[in-house]
Amino acid sequence: MLAISGVHTHYGNIEALSGVDVEIRSGEIVTLIGANGAGKSTLLMTICGNPRASRGRIIFEGQDITRLPTHQIVGLGIAQAPEGRRIFARMSVMENLQMGATTTKPEYFDHDLDRVFALFPILKERRGQRAGTLSGGEQQMLSIARALMSRPRLLLLDEPSLGLAPLVVKQIFRVVKEINERERVTVFLVEQNAFHALRLAHRAYVMVTGRISMSGTGRELLSNPEVRLAYLEGGG
Amino acid sequence: MEYFVQQLINGLTLGAIYGLIAIGYTMVYGIIGMINFAHGEVFMIGAFISLICVMVLGMFGLTWVPLALLVTLIVTMALTAVYGWTLERIAYRPLRGSPRLAALITAIGMSIFLQNYVQLLQGARVKPLQPLISGGFEIMRREGFVVSLSYLQLFIWILTLVLMTIFTLIITRTALGRAQRACEQDMGMASLLGINVDRTISLTFVMGAALAAVAGLIFLINYGVIDFYIGFLAGIKAFTAAVLGGIGSLPGAMLGGLLIGLIEAFWSGYFTVEYKDVASFSILVLVLIFRPTGLLGKPDIEKV
Repeated sequence: MLAISGVHTHYGNIEALSGVDVEIRSGEIVTLIGANGAGKSTLLMTICGNPRASRGRIIFEGQDITRLPTHQIVGLGIAQAPEGRRIFARMSVMENLQMGATTTKPEYFDHDLDRVFALFPILKERRGQRAGTLSGGEQQMLSIARALMSRPRLLLLDEPSLGLAPLVVKQIFRVVKEINERERVTVFLVEQNAFHALRLAHRAYVMVTGRISMSGTGRELLSNPEVRLAYLEGGG
Repeated sequence: MEYFVQQLINGLTLGAIYGLIAIGYTMVYGIIGMINFAHGEVFMIGAFISLICVMVLGMFGLTWVPLALLVTLIVTMALTAVYGWTLERIAYRPLRGSPRLAALITAIGMSIFLQNYVQLLQGARVKPLQPLISGGFEIMRREGFVVSLSYLQLFIWILTLVLMTIFTLIITRTALGRAQRACEQDMGMASLLGINVDRTISLTFVMGAALAAVAGLIFLINYGVIDFYIGFLAGIKAFTAAVLGGIGSLPGAMLGGLLIGLIEAFWSGYFTVEYKDVASFSILVLVLIFRPTGLLGKPDIEKV
């Protein structure tokens, strides 16, 4: 579904990604783990064309999207709930969701709205509220819900568990699993919370300083001693 | 009392002009964080296009005032909007992502360029227009002092009110307005959701220019004379109005415009006409010192 091959990304003179190869197949949950600053978020943003890959190719469903403008990439069926949630704080919850539906046909809106409200009932209660007044967990839910409003076939999630209470994290992971299983949305999940992410994922990649250092099924990596030492022990 | 009411009427009319221009400043600032100093010139171009349009219509024998005004209004808004769009496309878009100072200096450059452009094409002499709407109501009269509200002023108020209402509805209710507000808060995120940010910014310039065009038309029919230099002072006053209301805030721009208009009218009425500009700009200085966010501006604090 998504094939990233030999992708390099630069911020000015600094190389953030140095030749990344990742393959995501339709229907999978693939997770990417790695330390802070390894380039995980950069990879997700590069898929969406901001920043643009300076070398390499990104192919989505047979189409080369490496040079496509960001807003067109989204239209092809890739949605992202980015790092730091980036909800529109001065808009209502409802307006945030409407923004998420920018690329879809208006007649889908009511149906899609019911769908995300079923996944996150709290958002329905809060729909008239300013998004900036939501709690951290609610904001994360809104960020994912907003991404889902575009009817993505590939959902990119950047650290959805960051800074949230364990119970909320559990709920969010449950929803990720649900949209993957029931709605066949392919998920590419970036996480520091490696234990949860690896358990959820079909396959996983480990990123170290802009390169993929390891890959395998979620279970394989969970039992890999190197991974355990670096990302699970003491953390998890 | 009568004198007060008369100045109030005059001030509201002036305020309508400033308010309409101020909206353009505040919207552009909101979305790309830049003061478009050429916006006053866009207003001036609007006044010139109105004048040319009225003359051309007159040549073709269209002299029934309501229809002539309506046609002029539409033509002026459309053509001035093209200027606004072009200005952004040629001068500002290539500079996106460069330091703010570069964009600011370019804006000043464009302002000078547009003034000279109009001066070359239309000449430096003032251009007069006969009053299109005459007559009015007499509201009060005492001891020979007549308070009057002219049909012209009434027309200006209604036109401004209607346009500001339509405009507010566009911003608060439509997908375009939502996209503009989203770009204002987080441009990168808006593009991640499929918003064409460049197009949204272009449309912001188009809308700002269309409203400035209406201010130009109002200026023309209210004062009856225009020249290539009117954009400078009106532009700076409208900028003051936008800052007073809180730059980036739409209701603020309308309120600020109204207040600056009233301050100017009352100052001219009760003190000296010569110093009315000093009064307006003193307000700018005071606001910047004591309340830099303006009356309705919001300090950017949000729960994270």
